Amino acid sequence: MSLSPVGALKHSGSLFAMALDVVRTIPRRPFQVREFIQQAWFIASVTILPTALVSIPFGAVIALQIGSLTRQLGAQSFSGAASVLAVLREASPIVTALLIAGAGGTAICADLGARKIREEIDAMQVLGIDPIHRLVVPRVLASMVVAVLLNGLVSVVGVAGGYFFNVILQNGTPGAYLASFTTLAQLSDLWAAELKALVFGAIAAIVASYKGLTAKGGSKGVGDAVNESVVITFMLLFVTNFVMTAVYFQVVPQRG
Amino acid sequence: MGVEICVEGLTKSFGHQVIWQDVSLTLPAGEVSVMLGPSGTGKSVFLKTLVGLLKPEAGAIRIAGTDITKLREHDLYEVRKQFGVLFQDGALFGSMNLYDNIAFPLREHTRKTESAIRQIVLEKMDMVGLIGAEEKLPGEISGGMRKRAGLARALVLDPEIILFDEPDSGLDPVRVAYLNQLIVDLNAQIDATFLIVTHDIASARQVPDNIGLLFRRELVMFGPREQLLTSDQPVVRQFLNGRMQGPIGMAEEKDAAQVEEELARLGDADLHAPKAEITPRLLPSPGITRPPRWEAIARREAALNKAEVADA
Repeated sequence: MSLSPVGALKHSGSLFAMALDVVRTIPRRPFQVREFIQQAWFIASVTILPTALVSIPFGAVIALQIGSLTRQLGAQSFSGAASVLAVLREASPIVTALLIAGAGGTAICADLGARKIREEIDAMQVLGIDPIHRLVVPRVLASMVVAVLLNGLVSVVGVAGGYFFNVILQNGTPGAYLASFTTLAQLSDLWAAELKALVFGAIAAIVASYKGLTAKGGSKGVGDAVNESVVITFMLLFVTNFVMTAVYFQVVPQRG
Repeated sequence: MGVEICVEGLTKSFGHQVIWQDVSLTLPAGEVSVMLGPSGTGKSVFLKTLVGLLKPEAGAIRIAGTDITKLREHDLYEVRKQFGVLFQDGALFGSMNLYDNIAFPLREHTRKTESAIRQIVLEKMDMVGLIGAEEKLPGEISGGMRKRAGLARALVLDPEIILFDEPDSGLDPVRVAYLNQLIVDLNAQIDATFLIVTHDIASARQVPDNIGLLFRRELVMFGPREQLLTSDQPVVRQFLNGRMQGPIGMAEEKDAAQVEEELARLGDADLHAPKAEITPRLLPSPGITRPPRWEAIARREAALNKAEVADA
């Protein structure tokens, strides 16, 4: 990455240009079903296990924090409500985003980068095939679908982990924990989280593809591209997360 | 019949670095042309510009009348279907075996049945001598085989224009000879327009109808083979004879005084030597029916040979 402001602007510009190209290309037929299924399966297979393993301690940490906080405030009856809210609204989209970017995005970037430096992408363009249509769109869609599904998985595992730590390890009351589930959280929280995951999946795949397709300078270039793609994706994801959360609170009326 | 490529005033630069400027030439339809040049003079860049992978800063590239530098990306993909390009390392798709690699353009662009595809693919694989290697992955085969597979893939869509990016780099002399013969045979069979980018002088002397030389950010010369082979231009003579004395230096170009001195030391012998002998042209293999263009070339070659024998 160049450090000059012009270079940075140029890169952001071409990144957004590619994002637009992807959006424009999505409706084009024939849709690459095979590539989509292969990629979805691939991304799922590299992310499911780490996601589950990360979301258990994540749920546990939230349960611990909230457990002690509610005790200090004397609001133990709300511990279930608060931990569900935390897991559902913030923890699960963020965990999903980190893993999609860290496991799925890096794999996409390394794959496309290696193809780019072996001139495979050029060869494809010369054969009259648009790599955006053939390679990028199926990856972006696959990553979006997998992100949405993973988000569901993280929510379930996170809430279950929270229950385990709160009820079994901190001697909370199971009834109160379960009963307070819906006092603060509502269904729209889940939809918002899924929407976030969808957007995060798209961002991770687009950034990874962009970095992969613009890799240059041999195998070192591919390594650099992967590195940069993770950093850029994380920055974008956290900003997007903030904006989407802010908008969500403005648009959807909260309980209580 | 192949398509004429007309390049006018083409200039390409990366940032402030000019690669070459004001390149104008016409690749006649159906003929074989070679683009020569020392390493690093932007031969590959020229080739990539011709297929629209790189956008030139100025100038026009007319392919059958359409200026491809002005085309939108979408239309460019349509024009590119007329091209077959052989990349330096073959640029095969690493995740597919040779058969799938060669079948790829057919599967993407045509609605042919799998059995029709199989027939075409096997025919092209036979043409480049790869029968039996269908199941091999590109990582498992030698560089020469990768090149031939890349050539087979470039041929499956029956292109009007075939571009070769250093077909002879990394190959042994025998394989280079076979590949040159293959190129000539192909030209006689499919009649497409060929452009070969190389720095192999032996191939350049034998194979093409036309030769061009890129040096010092410009096209030094482009014309019929005989014209280049007998040229007095110092750069052309130095390159075609592969010697150190002349304007081309190790790193870049040399300063004028040194060139003068070197050429002087090389002596009058060189300047007044009989015009450099013209290497006989490589003709299509005997089994191949020659189109009229190659018949004419063969007659001319035969006449030249007879003249030479008479001289001796």
